[in-house]
Amino acid sequence: MEQPLLEVRGVTLQYKTLEYLVTATYRVDFSVLRSDRFVLLGPSGCGKSTLLKAVGGYMQPVEGEITLKGRRVDRPGPDRMMVFQEFDQLLPWKTVRENVMFPLVASGKFGKADAQVRAAHYIEKVRLSKFADNYPHTLSGGMKQRVAIARGMAMEPDILLMDEPFAALDALTRSKMQEELLQLWDDTKFTVLFVTHSIGEAIRIGNRILLMSPHPGQVRAELDSVARESWAGVEAKELENRIHAMLFSESVEEPVANV
Amino acid sequence: MSERKERLVTPQSAAASGDLGTVVEKPLSLWERLYGRSVLRKIAVLIFLAVLWEVYARWLDNPLLFPTFSATVEAFYDGIMTGGLPGRAWYSLRILVTGYAIGIACAALLTAAAISSRLGADFLDTLTSMFNPLPAIALLPLALIWFGLGQGSLVFVLVHSVLWAVALNTHSGFLSVSNTLRMVGRNYGLTGPSYVVRLLIPAAFPSILTGLKIGWAFAWRTLIAAELVFGVSSGSGGLGWFIYENKNQLEIPSVFAGLFSVILIGLFVENVIFRNIELRTIRRWGMQS
Repeated sequence: MEQPLLEVRGVTLQYKTLEYLVTATYRVDFSVLRSDRFVLLGPSGCGKSTLLKAVGGYMQPVEGEITLKGRRVDRPGPDRMMVFQEFDQLLPWKTVRENVMFPLVASGKFGKADAQVRAAHYIEKVRLSKFADNYPHTLSGGMKQRVAIARGMAMEPDILLMDEPFAALDALTRSKMQEELLQLWDDTKFTVLFVTHSIGEAIRIGNRILLMSPHPGQVRAELDSVARESWAGVEAKELENRIHAMLFSESVEEPVANV
Repeated sequence: MSERKERLVTPQSAAASGDLGTVVEKPLSLWERLYGRSVLRKIAVLIFLAVLWEVYARWLDNPLLFPTFSATVEAFYDGIMTGGLPGRAWYSLRILVTGYAIGIACAALLTAAAISSRLGADFLDTLTSMFNPLPAIALLPLALIWFGLGQGSLVFVLVHSVLWAVALNTHSGFLSVSNTLRMVGRNYGLTGPSYVVRLLIPAAFPSILTGLKIGWAFAWRTLIAAELVFGVSSGSGGLGWFIYENKNQLEIPSVFAGLFSVILIGLFVENVIFRNIELRTIRRWGMQS
Protein backbone atom coordinates (compact mmCIF):
# COMPACT_ATOMS: atom_id res chain seq x y z
CA MET A 1 0.00 0.00 0.00
CA GLU A 2 1.28 3.40 -1.01
CA GLN A 3 1.93 5.93 1.73
CA PRO A 4 -1.00 8.41 1.69
CA LEU A 5 -0.14 12.01 0.84
CA LEU A 6 -2.79 13.56 3.03
CA GLU A 7 -4.18 11.87 6.10
CA VAL A 8 -7.18 13.06 8.04
CA ARG A 9 -7.62 11.02 11.21
CA GLY A 10 -10.57 11.36 13.55
CA VAL A 11 -10.93 15.05 12.90
CA THR A 12 -13.56 16.94 14.83
CA LEU A 13 -13.96 20.57 13.91
CA GLN A 14 -15.84 23.15 15.89
CA TYR A 15 -16.37 26.86 15.40
CA LYS A 16 -18.14 29.51 17.38
CA THR A 17 -20.85 31.79 16.12
CA LEU A 18 -22.01 34.62 18.34
CA GLU A 19 -24.41 32.35 20.20
CA TYR A 20 -23.52 28.75 19.47
CA LEU A 21 -20.63 26.39 19.45
CA VAL A 22 -21.14 24.47 16.22
CA THR A 23 -19.63 21.07 15.55
CA ALA A 24 -18.96 21.09 11.83
CA THR A 25 -17.48 17.63 11.49
CA TYR A 26 -17.29 14.73 13.91
CA ARG A 27 -14.43 12.22 13.78
CA VAL A 28 -13.89 12.23 10.07
CA ASP A 29 -11.28 9.92 8.58
CA PHE A 30 -9.98 9.69 5.07
CA SER A 31 -6.71 9.57 3.24
CA VAL A 32 -5.73 10.96 -0.12
CA LEU A 33 -3.10 9.25 -2.28
CA ARG A 34 -0.79 10.97 -4.72
CA SER A 35 -2.57 11.96 -7.95
CA ASP A 36 -5.98 11.32 -6.42
CA ARG A 37 -8.90 13.41 -7.50
CA PHE A 38 -10.56 13.15 -4.13
CA VAL A 39 -14.02 14.63 -3.83
CA LEU A 40 -15.79 15.65 -0.63
CA LEU A 41 -19.48 15.42 -1.44
CA GLY A 42 -22.44 16.27 0.70
CA PRO A 43 -25.37 18.58 1.26
CA SER A 44 -24.85 21.99 2.80
CA GLY A 45 -24.11 21.78 6.50
CA CYS A 46 -22.11 18.59 6.24
CA GLY A 47 -18.90 20.43 7.04
CA LYS A 48 -17.14 19.69 3.77
CA SER A 49 -15.98 23.25 3.27
CA THR A 50 -14.93 23.56 6.89
CA LEU A 51 -12.97 20.37 6.50
CA LEU A 52 -11.23 21.80 3.44
CA LYS A 53 -10.39 24.95 5.41
CA ALA A 54 -8.89 22.79 8.12
CA VAL A 55 -6.74 21.00 5.55
CA GLY A 56 -5.81 24.47 4.28
CA GLY A 57 -4.63 25.22 7.81
CA TYR A 58 -7.14 27.98 8.51
CA MET A 59 -8.53 26.19 11.55
CA GLN A 60 -7.28 23.60 13.98
CA PRO A 61 -9.16 20.41 14.77
CA VAL A 62 -10.29 20.09 18.38
CA GLU A 63 -9.73 16.37 18.10
CA GLY A 64 -7.78 14.25 15.66
CA GLU A 65 -5.00 15.17 13.31
CA ILE A 66 -4.38 16.27 9.74
CA THR A 67 -1.02 15.39 8.25
CA LEU A 68 0.41 16.18 4.85
CA LYS A 69 3.40 14.03 3.87
CA GLY A 70 3.59 12.99 7.51
CA ARG A 71 3.86 16.59 8.69
CA ARG A 72 1.12 18.02 10.83
CA VAL A 73 -0.86 20.82 9.24
CA ASP A 74 -0.86 23.79 11.60
CA ARG A 75 -1.06 26.89 9.42
CA PRO A 76 -1.94 27.98 5.89
CA GLY A 77 0.86 27.60 3.41
CA PRO A 78 1.65 27.51 -0.29
CA ASP A 79 2.15 23.73 -0.26
CA ARG A 80 -1.66 23.56 -0.20
CA MET A 81 -2.89 26.09 -2.74
CA MET A 82 -6.57 26.93 -2.48
CA VAL A 83 -9.01 27.67 -5.27
CA PHE A 84 -12.15 29.32 -3.93
CA GLN A 85 -15.65 29.60 -5.25
CA GLU A 86 -15.71 33.39 -5.15
CA PHE A 87 -14.62 35.36 -8.18
CA ASP A 88 -12.94 37.96 -5.98
CA GLN A 89 -10.16 35.55 -5.05
CA LEU A 90 -7.89 37.17 -7.63
CA LEU A 91 -6.04 40.27 -6.50
CA PRO A 92 -7.74 43.04 -8.47
CA TRP A 93 -4.63 45.24 -8.49
CA LYS A 94 -2.57 42.67 -10.34
CA THR A 95 -2.83 41.49 -13.92
CA VAL A 96 -3.45 37.84 -14.75
CA ARG A 97 0.28 37.25 -15.12
CA GLU A 98 1.09 39.05 -11.87
CA ASN A 99 -1.65 37.16 -10.07
CA VAL A 100 -0.14 33.86 -11.09
CA MET A 101 3.40 35.04 -10.32
CA PHE A 102 2.66 36.61 -6.96
CA PRO A 103 2.44 33.46 -4.81
CA LEU A 104 5.50 32.00 -6.56
CA VAL A 105 7.59 35.02 -5.59
CA ALA A 106 5.89 35.86 -2.28
CA SER A 107 6.42 32.37 -0.91
CA GLY A 108 10.10 32.65 -1.80
CA LYS A 109 9.94 29.39 -3.70
CA PHE A 110 10.96 30.90 -7.03
CA GLY A 111 12.96 33.87 -8.26
CA LYS A 112 11.36 36.50 -10.41
CA ALA A 113 12.65 35.18 -13.74
CA ASP A 114 11.64 31.60 -12.93
CA ALA A 115 8.24 32.75 -11.78
CA GLN A 116 7.72 34.60 -15.04
CA VAL A 117 8.43 31.49 -17.09
CA ARG A 118 6.26 29.25 -14.94
CA ALA A 119 3.41 31.73 -14.92
CA ALA A 120 3.48 31.99 -18.71
CA HIS A 121 3.49 28.21 -18.96
CA TYR A 122 0.46 27.69 -16.75
CA ILE A 123 -1.46 30.63 -18.20
CA GLU A 124 -0.91 28.97 -21.57
CA LYS A 125 -2.24 25.71 -20.12
CA VAL A 126 -5.54 27.33 -19.16
CA ARG A 127 -5.57 29.05 -22.57
CA LEU A 128 -5.45 32.61 -21.29
CA SER A 129 -2.17 33.77 -22.87
CA LYS A 130 -4.05 36.43 -24.78
CA PHE A 131 -5.30 37.89 -21.52
CA ALA A 132 -2.07 37.67 -19.52
CA ASP A 133 -1.83 41.44 -19.15
CA ASN A 134 -5.50 42.02 -18.40
CA TYR A 135 -6.76 43.01 -15.00
CA PRO A 136 -9.19 40.52 -13.44
CA HIS A 137 -12.20 42.85 -13.62
CA THR A 138 -12.10 42.60 -17.41
CA LEU A 139 -12.46 38.81 -17.36
CA SER A 140 -15.57 36.65 -17.26
CA GLY A 141 -16.34 34.44 -14.28
CA GLY A 142 -15.07 31.31 -15.99
CA MET A 143 -11.84 33.02 -16.99
CA LYS A 144 -11.28 34.22 -13.44
CA GLN A 145 -11.65 30.67 -12.17
CA ARG A 146 -9.20 29.48 -14.80
CA VAL A 147 -6.69 32.08 -13.59
CA ALA A 148 -7.22 30.88 -10.03
CA ILE A 149 -6.58 27.31 -11.14
CA ALA A 150 -3.47 28.35 -13.09
CA ARG A 151 -2.27 30.20 -10.00
CA GLY A 152 -2.82 27.14 -7.86
CA MET A 153 -1.13 24.79 -10.29
CA ALA A 154 1.85 27.05 -11.07
CA MET A 155 2.89 26.67 -7.47
CA GLU A 156 2.98 22.90 -7.99
CA PRO A 157 1.66 22.37 -4.48
CA ASP A 158 1.57 18.99 -2.80
CA ILE A 159 -2.17 19.16 -3.04
CA LEU A 160 -4.60 21.54 -4.69
CA LEU A 161 -7.63 22.39 -2.55
CA MET A 162 -10.72 23.38 -4.49
CA ASP A 163 -13.77 24.71 -2.68
CA GLU A 164 -16.71 24.44 -5.09
CA PRO A 165 -14.72 26.32 -7.72
CA PHE A 166 -17.36 25.99 -10.41
CA ALA A 167 -20.47 26.50 -8.30
CA ALA A 168 -20.90 30.15 -9.25
CA LEU A 169 -20.61 29.50 -12.98
CA ASP A 170 -23.41 28.97 -15.46
CA ALA A 171 -24.11 25.36 -16.42
CA LEU A 172 -22.44 25.45 -19.84
CA THR A 173 -19.25 27.05 -18.53
CA ARG A 174 -19.23 24.70 -15.57
CA SER A 175 -19.35 21.64 -17.76
CA LYS A 176 -16.56 23.01 -19.94
CA MET A 177 -14.43 23.83 -16.91
CA GLN A 178 -14.87 20.30 -15.53
CA GLU A 179 -13.62 18.93 -18.82
CA GLU A 180 -10.67 21.32 -18.81
CA LEU A 181 -9.75 20.44 -15.26
CA LEU A 182 -9.61 16.77 -16.22
CA GLN A 183 -7.43 17.59 -19.22
CA LEU A 184 -5.05 19.52 -16.97
CA TRP A 185 -4.97 16.54 -14.66
CA ASP A 186 -4.04 14.29 -17.58
CA ASP A 187 -1.09 16.62 -18.21
CA THR A 188 0.40 16.84 -14.75
CA LYS A 189 -1.43 14.31 -12.56
CA PHE A 190 -1.68 16.78 -9.71
CA THR A 191 -3.38 15.75 -6.47
CA VAL A 192 -6.61 17.56 -5.80
CA LEU A 193 -9.10 17.65 -2.95
CA PHE A 194 -12.34 18.91 -4.42
CA VAL A 195 -15.42 20.00 -2.51
CA THR A 196 -18.83 19.98 -4.18
CA HIS A 197 -22.49 19.50 -3.43
CA SER A 198 -23.27 18.27 -6.93
CA ILE A 199 -23.42 14.50 -7.31
CA GLY A 200 -22.87 14.74 -11.06
CA GLU A 201 -19.81 16.90 -10.64
CA ALA A 202 -18.39 14.55 -8.03
CA ILE A 203 -18.77 11.54 -10.32
CA ARG A 204 -17.30 13.36 -13.26
CA ILE A 205 -14.33 15.00 -11.50
CA GLY A 206 -13.42 12.47 -8.84
CA ASN A 207 -11.78 9.10 -8.85
CA ARG A 208 -12.70 8.69 -5.21
CA ILE A 209 -15.71 10.18 -3.45
CA LEU A 210 -16.19 10.78 0.25
CA LEU A 211 -19.89 11.12 0.94
CA MET A 212 -20.72 13.11 4.04
CA SER A 213 -23.91 13.53 6.02
CA PRO A 214 -24.81 16.69 7.89
CA HIS A 215 -25.34 17.87 11.49
CA PRO A 216 -22.66 17.20 12.46
CA GLY A 217 -20.66 16.27 9.38
CA GLN A 218 -19.75 12.61 9.38
CA VAL A 219 -18.52 10.18 6.80
CA ARG A 220 -21.43 8.32 5.22
CA ALA A 221 -19.51 6.39 2.61
CA GLU A 222 -16.29 6.32 0.67
CA LEU A 223 -16.72 5.19 -2.90
CA ASP A 224 -14.79 4.78 -6.10
CA SER A 225 -16.15 6.83 -8.93
CA VAL A 226 -16.78 5.34 -12.36
CA ALA A 227 -14.14 5.23 -15.09
CA ARG A 228 -13.36 8.58 -16.69
CA GLU A 229 -14.87 7.90 -20.10
CA SER A 230 -18.17 6.54 -18.76
CA TRP A 231 -19.15 9.58 -16.70
CA ALA A 232 -22.29 9.98 -18.77
CA GLY A 233 -23.09 6.26 -19.06
CA VAL A 234 -25.28 3.78 -17.27
CA GLU A 235 -22.75 3.00 -14.55
CA ALA A 236 -22.54 6.67 -13.65
CA LYS A 237 -26.32 6.89 -13.51
CA GLU A 238 -26.42 3.91 -11.17
CA LEU A 239 -23.77 5.44 -8.92
CA GLU A 240 -25.65 8.69 -8.92
CA ASN A 241 -28.83 6.92 -7.86
CA ARG A 242 -26.98 5.06 -5.14
CA ILE A 243 -25.50 8.26 -3.75
CA HIS A 244 -28.82 9.98 -4.10
CA ALA A 245 -30.52 7.20 -2.14
CA MET A 246 -27.95 7.49 0.64
CA LEU A 247 -28.44 11.25 0.93
CA PHE A 248 -32.18 10.90 0.59
CA SER A 249 -32.60 8.28 3.32
CA GLU A 250 -30.61 10.59 5.56
CA SER A 251 -32.95 13.48 5.03
CA VAL A 252 -36.02 11.30 5.66
CA GLU A 253 -34.66 10.08 8.95
CA GLU A 254 -33.71 13.49 10.11
CA PRO A 255 -37.11 15.10 10.77
CA VAL A 256 -38.12 11.99 12.70
CA ALA A 257 -35.05 12.31 14.85
CA ASN A 258 -35.82 15.94 15.49
CA VAL A 259 -39.41 15.42 16.65
CA MET B 1 -47.90 17.48 -33.47
CA SER B 2 -45.66 20.41 -34.23
CA GLU B 3 -45.49 21.55 -37.82
CA ARG B 4 -42.35 23.52 -37.19
CA LYS B 5 -39.25 22.70 -39.14
CA GLU B 6 -35.70 22.77 -37.94
CA ARG B 7 -33.81 25.83 -38.98
CA LEU B 8 -30.07 26.15 -39.58
CA VAL B 9 -28.62 29.52 -40.47
CA THR B 10 -25.12 30.24 -41.66
CA PRO B 11 -24.04 33.70 -40.53
CA GLN B 12 -23.94 35.95 -43.57
CA SER B 13 -21.55 38.76 -44.18
CA ALA B 14 -23.30 41.73 -42.58
CA ALA B 15 -21.51 44.32 -44.69
CA ALA B 16 -23.34 43.06 -47.77
CA SER B 17 -26.82 43.64 -46.38
CA GLY B 18 -26.34 47.35 -45.62
CA ASP B 19 -28.67 47.95 -42.65
CA LEU B 20 -28.10 48.44 -38.90
CA GLY B 21 -26.36 45.09 -38.69
CA THR B 22 -23.42 46.61 -40.53
CA VAL B 23 -22.41 48.76 -37.56
CA VAL B 24 -20.09 46.43 -35.73
CA GLU B 25 -17.84 49.24 -34.63
CA LYS B 26 -18.09 52.85 -35.74
CA PRO B 27 -16.21 55.88 -34.38
CA LEU B 28 -18.42 58.42 -32.59
CA SER B 29 -18.76 61.90 -34.03
CA LEU B 30 -16.37 64.64 -32.83
CA TRP B 31 -19.10 66.32 -30.76
CA GLU B 32 -20.06 63.04 -29.07
CA ARG B 33 -16.43 62.37 -28.25
CA LEU B 34 -15.84 65.87 -26.85
CA TYR B 35 -19.03 65.77 -24.81
CA GLY B 36 -17.98 62.41 -23.41
CA ARG B 37 -14.90 63.95 -21.74
CA SER B 38 -15.67 65.24 -18.27
CA VAL B 39 -12.70 67.64 -18.35
CA LEU B 40 -14.16 69.50 -21.30
CA ARG B 41 -17.62 69.59 -19.76
CA LYS B 42 -16.15 71.04 -16.58
CA ILE B 43 -14.20 73.67 -18.48
CA ALA B 44 -17.43 74.72 -20.17
CA VAL B 45 -19.06 75.11 -16.75
CA LEU B 46 -16.11 77.21 -15.56
CA ILE B 47 -16.32 79.51 -18.57
CA PHE B 48 -20.03 79.97 -17.99
CA LEU B 49 -19.41 80.91 -14.33
CA ALA B 50 -16.68 83.40 -15.29
CA VAL B 51 -18.98 85.11 -17.77
CA LEU B 52 -21.78 85.24 -15.21
CA TRP B 53 -19.40 86.79 -12.68
CA GLU B 54 -18.16 89.43 -15.11
CA VAL B 55 -21.65 90.42 -16.18
CA TYR B 56 -22.99 90.66 -12.63
CA ALA B 57 -19.98 92.66 -11.37
CA ARG B 58 -20.23 95.14 -14.23
CA TRP B 59 -23.91 95.54 -13.60
CA LEU B 60 -23.30 96.03 -9.86
CA ASP B 61 -20.44 98.45 -10.63
CA ASN B 62 -18.98 98.47 -7.11
CA PRO B 63 -15.34 97.32 -7.24
CA LEU B 64 -14.98 97.66 -3.46
CA LEU B 65 -17.64 95.06 -2.78
CA PHE B 66 -17.45 92.85 -5.81
CA PRO B 67 -14.73 93.40 -8.39
CA THR B 68 -15.15 92.10 -11.91
CA PHE B 69 -13.67 88.84 -13.11
CA SER B 70 -11.20 90.69 -15.31
CA ALA B 71 -10.02 92.89 -12.42
CA THR B 72 -9.53 89.79 -10.33
CA VAL B 73 -7.57 88.09 -13.06
CA GLU B 74 -5.47 91.23 -13.39
CA ALA B 75 -4.84 91.33 -9.64
CA PHE B 76 -4.04 87.66 -9.78
CA TYR B 77 -1.55 88.26 -12.56
CA ASP B 78 0.03 91.16 -10.69
CA GLY B 79 0.10 89.07 -7.56
CA ILE B 80 1.99 86.35 -9.34
CA MET B 81 4.38 88.76 -11.04
CA THR B 82 5.11 91.23 -8.28
CA GLY B 83 2.96 90.64 -5.22
CA GLY B 84 4.61 87.47 -4.07
CA LEU B 85 1.52 85.31 -4.48
CA PRO B 86 3.55 82.23 -5.47
CA GLY B 87 5.74 82.72 -2.41
CA ARG B 88 2.68 82.89 -0.17
CA ALA B 89 1.17 79.82 -1.79
CA TRP B 90 4.45 77.98 -1.44
CA TYR B 91 4.61 78.94 2.23
CA SER B 92 1.10 77.58 2.80
CA LEU B 93 1.75 74.41 0.85
CA ARG B 94 4.95 73.67 2.71
CA ILE B 95 3.20 73.79 6.05
CA LEU B 96 0.33 71.81 4.62
CA VAL B 97 2.56 69.03 3.36
CA THR B 98 4.38 68.88 6.70
CA GLY B 99 1.11 68.58 8.61
CA TYR B 100 -0.34 66.14 6.08
CA ALA B 101 2.70 63.87 6.25
CA ILE B 102 2.82 63.84 10.05
CA GLY B 103 -0.95 63.24 10.13
CA ILE B 104 -0.65 60.24 7.80
CA ALA B 105 2.23 58.83 9.82
CA CYS B 106 0.18 59.08 13.02
CA ALA B 107 -2.81 57.53 11.24
CA ALA B 108 -0.61 54.64 10.10
CA LEU B 109 0.54 54.03 13.67
CA LEU B 110 -3.00 54.13 15.04
CA THR B 111 -4.33 51.84 12.32
CA ALA B 112 -1.47 49.41 12.83
CA ALA B 113 -2.42 49.24 16.51
CA ALA B 114 -6.05 48.84 15.53
CA ILE B 115 -5.53 45.84 13.27
CA SER B 116 -3.13 44.05 15.56
CA SER B 117 -5.40 43.89 18.60
CA ARG B 118 -8.99 44.32 19.56
CA LEU B 119 -8.04 46.82 22.23
CA GLY B 120 -6.20 48.86 19.60
CA ALA B 121 -9.33 48.85 17.46
CA ASP B 122 -11.42 50.09 20.37
CA PHE B 123 -8.80 52.73 21.08
CA LEU B 124 -8.92 54.02 17.51
CA ASP B 125 -12.70 53.81 17.46
CA THR B 126 -13.11 55.85 20.63
CA LEU B 127 -10.55 58.46 19.67
CA THR B 128 -12.01 58.89 16.20
CA SER B 129 -15.56 59.26 17.40
CA MET B 130 -14.37 61.81 19.97
CA PHE B 131 -12.15 63.93 17.77
CA ASN B 132 -13.62 63.54 14.29
CA PRO B 133 -16.58 65.85 14.96
CA LEU B 134 -14.28 68.46 16.52
CA PRO B 135 -13.34 71.08 13.92
CA ALA B 136 -9.56 71.39 13.85
CA ILE B 137 -9.78 75.16 13.91
CA ALA B 138 -11.40 74.97 17.34
CA LEU B 139 -8.09 73.69 18.66
CA LEU B 140 -6.21 76.72 17.37
CA PRO B 141 -6.46 78.81 20.57
CA LEU B 142 -5.09 75.90 22.54
CA ALA B 143 -2.42 75.26 19.95
CA LEU B 144 -1.34 78.90 20.19
CA ILE B 145 -0.79 78.49 23.92
CA TRP B 146 1.09 75.23 23.50
CA PHE B 147 3.18 75.98 20.45
CA GLY B 148 3.18 79.75 20.21
CA LEU B 149 2.53 81.99 17.27
CA GLY B 150 4.02 80.15 14.31
CA GLN B 151 4.33 77.05 12.24
CA GLY B 152 4.09 74.69 15.20
CA SER B 153 0.49 75.64 15.91
CA LEU B 154 -0.49 75.41 12.26
CA VAL B 155 1.06 71.96 11.91
CA PHE B 156 -0.71 70.84 15.05
CA VAL B 157 -4.17 71.77 13.81
CA LEU B 158 -3.35 70.28 10.40
CA VAL B 159 -2.35 66.98 11.94
CA HIS B 160 -5.59 66.96 13.82
CA SER B 161 -7.62 67.62 10.68
CA VAL B 162 -5.87 64.87 8.68
CA LEU B 163 -5.36 62.17 11.26
CA TRP B 164 -8.92 61.09 12.04
CA ALA B 165 -10.26 61.06 8.52
CA VAL B 166 -7.34 58.99 7.25
CA ALA B 167 -7.25 56.60 10.21
CA LEU B 168 -11.00 56.03 10.14
CA ASN B 169 -11.15 55.32 6.42
CA THR B 170 -8.06 53.15 6.40
CA HIS B 171 -9.30 51.05 9.26
CA SER B 172 -12.77 50.60 7.82
CA GLY B 173 -11.10 49.76 4.51
CA PHE B 174 -9.07 47.02 6.18
CA LEU B 175 -12.19 45.66 7.86
CA SER B 176 -14.03 45.46 4.56
CA VAL B 177 -11.37 43.41 2.79
CA SER B 178 -13.20 40.23 1.83
CA ASN B 179 -12.58 37.06 3.74
CA THR B 180 -11.61 35.28 0.53
CA LEU B 181 -8.80 37.74 -0.17
CA ARG B 182 -7.57 37.41 3.40
CA MET B 183 -7.49 33.64 3.05
CA VAL B 184 -5.69 33.96 -0.28
CA GLY B 185 -3.05 36.15 1.36
CA ARG B 186 -2.49 33.71 4.18
CA ASN B 187 -2.47 30.84 1.71
CA TYR B 188 0.60 32.46 0.13
CA GLY B 189 2.26 32.37 3.51
CA LEU B 190 2.06 36.14 3.99
CA THR B 191 2.15 37.17 7.64
CA GLY B 192 2.71 40.28 9.73
CA PRO B 193 3.95 43.42 7.94
CA SER B 194 4.24 41.78 4.52
CA TYR B 195 0.59 40.67 4.80
CA VAL B 196 -0.41 44.26 5.54
CA VAL B 197 1.75 45.87 2.88
CA ARG B 198 1.23 43.38 0.07
CA LEU B 199 -2.37 42.41 0.66
CA LEU B 200 -4.38 44.59 3.06
CA ILE B 201 -3.22 47.99 1.85
CA PRO B 202 -3.81 47.42 -1.87
CA ALA B 203 -7.08 45.62 -1.14
CA ALA B 204 -8.26 48.52 1.00
CA PHE B 205 -6.83 51.16 -1.31
CA PRO B 206 -10.17 52.62 -2.43
CA SER B 207 -11.03 53.47 1.19
CA ILE B 208 -7.52 54.66 1.94
CA LEU B 209 -7.59 57.00 -1.03
CA THR B 210 -10.97 58.35 0.06
CA GLY B 211 -9.46 59.00 3.48
CA LEU B 212 -6.49 60.79 1.95
CA LYS B 213 -8.80 62.96 -0.16
CA ILE B 214 -11.03 63.88 2.76
CA GLY B 215 -7.95 64.52 4.90
CA TRP B 216 -6.50 66.77 2.23
CA ALA B 217 -9.72 68.75 1.89
CA PHE B 218 -10.01 69.21 5.66
CA ALA B 219 -6.37 70.22 5.92
CA TRP B 220 -6.52 72.79 3.13
CA ARG B 221 -9.60 74.48 4.58
CA THR B 222 -8.22 74.38 8.08
CA LEU B 223 -4.91 75.87 7.00
CA ILE B 224 -6.43 78.83 5.20
CA ALA B 225 -8.80 79.46 8.10
CA ALA B 226 -5.97 79.26 10.62
CA GLU B 227 -3.84 81.61 8.57
CA LEU B 228 -6.64 84.15 8.56
CA VAL B 229 -6.35 84.28 12.33
CA PHE B 230 -2.64 84.76 12.24
CA GLY B 231 -0.07 84.30 9.54
CA VAL B 232 2.91 86.20 10.73
CA SER B 233 5.98 84.32 11.52
CA SER B 234 9.20 86.11 10.83
CA GLY B 235 7.49 88.54 8.51
CA SER B 236 5.98 86.10 6.07
CA GLY B 237 2.63 84.38 5.88
CA GLY B 238 0.63 82.09 3.67
CA LEU B 239 -2.33 82.60 1.41
CA GLY B 240 -4.78 83.14 4.25
CA TRP B 241 -2.65 85.96 5.56
CA PHE B 242 -2.39 87.41 2.04
CA ILE B 243 -6.18 87.59 1.93
CA TYR B 244 -6.40 89.15 5.37
CA GLU B 245 -3.71 91.76 4.65
CA ASN B 246 -5.30 92.85 1.40
CA LYS B 247 -8.69 93.14 3.01
CA ASN B 248 -7.18 95.52 5.57
CA GLN B 249 -5.76 97.60 2.76
CA LEU B 250 -9.08 97.48 0.89
CA GLU B 251 -7.34 95.85 -2.08
CA ILE B 252 -10.48 93.88 -2.80
CA PRO B 253 -9.42 92.51 -6.21
CA SER B 254 -6.35 91.11 -4.50
CA VAL B 255 -8.56 89.52 -1.86
CA PHE B 256 -10.42 87.84 -4.67
CA ALA B 257 -7.13 86.90 -6.29
CA GLY B 258 -6.10 85.25 -3.01
CA LEU B 259 -9.37 83.33 -2.82
CA PHE B 260 -8.89 82.44 -6.45
CA SER B 261 -5.49 80.90 -5.70
CA VAL B 262 -6.96 78.93 -2.82
CA ILE B 263 -9.57 77.52 -5.17
CA LEU B 264 -7.08 76.87 -7.96
CA ILE B 265 -4.70 74.96 -5.74
CA GLY B 266 -7.62 73.00 -4.27
CA LEU B 267 -8.91 72.15 -7.74
CA PHE B 268 -5.46 71.21 -8.95
CA VAL B 269 -4.83 68.79 -6.12
CA GLU B 270 -8.28 67.20 -6.32
CA ASN B 271 -8.72 67.07 -10.08
CA VAL B 272 -5.17 66.54 -11.24
CA ILE B 273 -3.20 64.84 -8.49
CA PHE B 274 -5.85 62.69 -6.82
CA ARG B 275 -7.65 62.09 -10.08
CA ASN B 276 -4.49 60.74 -11.67
CA ILE B 277 -3.77 58.54 -8.70
CA GLU B 278 -7.32 57.20 -9.03
CA LEU B 279 -7.00 56.57 -12.73
CA ARG B 280 -3.73 54.75 -12.30
CA THR B 281 -4.91 52.62 -9.41
CA ILE B 282 -8.44 51.84 -8.40
CA ARG B 283 -10.07 52.64 -11.73
CA ARG B 284 -7.53 50.67 -13.65
CA TRP B 285 -8.04 47.78 -11.26
CA GLY B 286 -11.82 48.00 -11.59
CA MET B 287 -12.20 48.59 -7.87
CA GLN B 288 -14.20 51.73 -8.57
CA SER B 289 -16.03 52.64 -11.72
